Amino acid sequence: MGNSDDIRALFQGYQVHRDVYISNDIYKLEMKHLFANTWVFVGHDSQTPQKGDYYTTQIGDQSVIMVRHTDDQIHVLLNRCPHKGTKIAIDRSGNTGKFFRCPYHAWSFKTDGCLLAIPLKKGYQDTGFENNQNTKRMTPVGAVKNYRGFIFARLNPEGIGFDEFFGDSLSTLDNMVDRAPQGRLEVAGPPLRYMHRCNWKMLLENQTDTCHPMVAHESSAGTAIKIYEEMGSPSPRPPAMQIIAPFMSPYEFFEGMGIRTWPNGHGHTGVNMSIHSDYDAIPGYFEAMCDAYGEEKAKAILDDNRHNTIYFPNIMAKGPLQQIRNFIPLAADKTLVESWVYRLVGAPDQLVAMSSMYNRMINAPTSIVGHDDLEMYERAQEGLGANSSDWVNLQRLYAEDEDYSTEAVENGTTERQMRNQFDAWVKFMTYDMDDTTAEQT
Amino acid sequence: MEDMTQQITRDDIIDFIYQEARMLDEGRYDEWLSLWLESGIYWMPLDYKQSDPINATSLLYEDHFMLRLRVERLNGDRTFSQKPKSRCHHVLQRPFVDIFEPNEGHFQTNTSMHYIETRLDEQILLALTVTHDLKAEDGKLQLAGKKVELLNSDAAFGNIQLLP
Repeated sequence: MGNSDDIRALFQGYQVHRDVYISNDIYKLEMKHLFANTWVFVGHDSQTPQKGDYYTTQIGDQSVIMVRHTDDQIHVLLNRCPHKGTKIAIDRSGNTGKFFRCPYHAWSFKTDGCLLAIPLKKGYQDTGFENNQNTKRMTPVGAVKNYRGFIFARLNPEGIGFDEFFGDSLSTLDNMVDRAPQGRLEVAGPPLRYMHRCNWKMLLENQTDTCHPMVAHESSAGTAIKIYEEMGSPSPRPPAMQIIAPFMSPYEFFEGMGIRTWPNGHGHTGVNMSIHSDYDAIPGYFEAMCDAYGEEKAKAILDDNRHNTIYFPNIMAKGPLQQIRNFIPLAADKTLVESWVYRLVGAPDQLVAMSSMYNRMINAPTSIVGHDDLEMYERAQEGLGANSSDWVNLQRLYAEDEDYSTEAVENGTTERQMRNQFDAWVKFMTYDMDDTTAEQT
Repeated sequence: MEDMTQQITRDDIIDFIYQEARMLDEGRYDEWLSLWLESGIYWMPLDYKQSDPINATSLLYEDHFMLRLRVERLNGDRTFSQKPKSRCHHVLQRPFVDIFEPNEGHFQTNTSMHYIETRLDEQILLALTVTHDLKAEDGKLQLAGKKVELLNSDAAFGNIQLLP
C-alpha cells in the first residue's frame, strides 16, 4: 500500500473498499497525504479576537496553534518547540501576549513563529547553530486563508489554491455570513465534543445520507410526533417539534430536497428546500435584514435553506443555523466531533438561542438523535470486520458516466455526494505520491 | 384542608433527592417523570461554570416535552441504541439543604454524586454536582429544576444515554 494505483483500486465507481474505514495503514496515508494536500478547517477568527489570542486544534494528526499576530493576521503554527519537541500550548485557548515561551527551556517565539530569544545563547557560539534550519522557528503550516472569518489551512507548502479547491461551494459559507445583518459571525461558546468509535468518513457520508433519518431516528423523531399528537397538537409547537420532528419526513420529501455536488468532494443537501425551511419566524430579524440588505436581497438570503454542506475533507456547515461540525480523525476507528455555533452579529438573540438548541438536541453526547446515529456508525465500524465482502455500497442513483469535475444537481436521495467525496479522496491521496518508491506505512 | 406545606422537614427534602436517584437507577422513568412540574427544566451545562443556558450550547436544557420524549424513547421498541439497554447507578453524598423556605414552599439542595452508566462492555464514571430546586404544592414535593454540573463537562464523551 502506498502506491497511487493501490489507492485508486479502493474506489470502484459505486463501491468502496472496506479498508478505507478500518485499515490503520490507510489511515496513516490519509494523515500524510489527504490532510496535507487539502484545505482543512482550523477555526473562526472570532475565537482569537485580540493580538496574542490563540486556539489549539488539529489538522489531521498535526497539532496546531491558531494565533493572532501583532499585525492582526491569523497564523497557524505546528504546536511543537523546535528545540526538544515540547508542545508550546497545551490549553485549548488563551492569550500569550507578544510571544510564545516554551515552558521547558524558555526558548521564545514571536506569534508568527520566528525565534525571538534563547537563554544563555552564548552556549551555541561556534556550534553552527545559526545555520541550522530546524531550529529557526516554530513551523508554520503551508498556507492559511481567512475566508470571511473562517480559517482554513493547507499543511503542504505547495498544492491546490484555496479558491480552486472550494470553488462555488463557498456559497454556503457566504449565505451563513450574509445572514448576519452586519455581515459577520462570532463564535458562541465552546463546541460540543463528542467522541465516536468509528472512522471519520462515516460521519462525513451520513451528512448527505437522506435515506437514514426516518429509519435510524424513528425512536427520537417518530416518538416526538406521537407525543405531540397525543397532546392534541398544541400551538405554538414545542421547540423539539420544529427541530427533531422533520427528521421523520417521508422519502419523497428528501428526494425533493435535492443534492448538489461540486468538484473536489464538496456538496450539499437541500437545494430546493430542506428540513430547516419550516422554522418559526423570529421577531425583528427579517426587519433587521431588510434594513441591512434591502427587502429583495434579504429574502434571497433567507430563502436559501440548505441542509448540510460538506466541505471536503472533514467539516459540515449548516447555513440556516450557523453551525460547523468538525470531524477530527484520531485513528482509523476514532473520531472527535466538535460542533460549533456562531452568533449572527446584529441579529436578535433568539437566533443564537435556536442554533444552540439545535446543537444540544442533535449533536450532543447527551442528544437522543446523536445516540441514534452513533449507534449506527459504531455497528458499521464493528460490522465491517466480517469477511462477507470487501466492499461498501454507494450505488443509489449511480450512473456510469458521472463526472465529478462539474457541478451537478440531482434527486435528494442520490449517493452521488458520497461518490464525489471518494473521487476527491483518491485525487488528494495520490496528489503528491511518489510512485517510484513504495511508501512505508 | 390542613396546610401540609408547613410540615415538610429537611429530612423530607433529603429523602426526595435519594428517591429521585433511586428511580433513575431502577429505570422507573414514568414515575421519575411524575416528580416534575410541567414548567421544570433539566439543565446540564457544557462549559465549566456556564452562566447562560440559552444563548450558548448546553449538553442538556430540557423542558417537560423533551424529558417526556427522552423517557418514551428509552421505553420504545425501535430505540436501537438501547438494544441492549443501558444501566446507571448513582452514589450520593448527603445533600446540603441550601434553601429551606417551607412557608414559600421552596427548597434547594446541592448534592455531590458519582454517576456510573454502562452498556455492553463499556462503563463510564462521571462526577456530578447536582442542584435540585423543589417546590411544595399541597404538601407534595415536586421538581422545579435540576442542574447537573459535570466535573469534566468540557471533556469529549461518547454516548451518555441515561439521565445523570
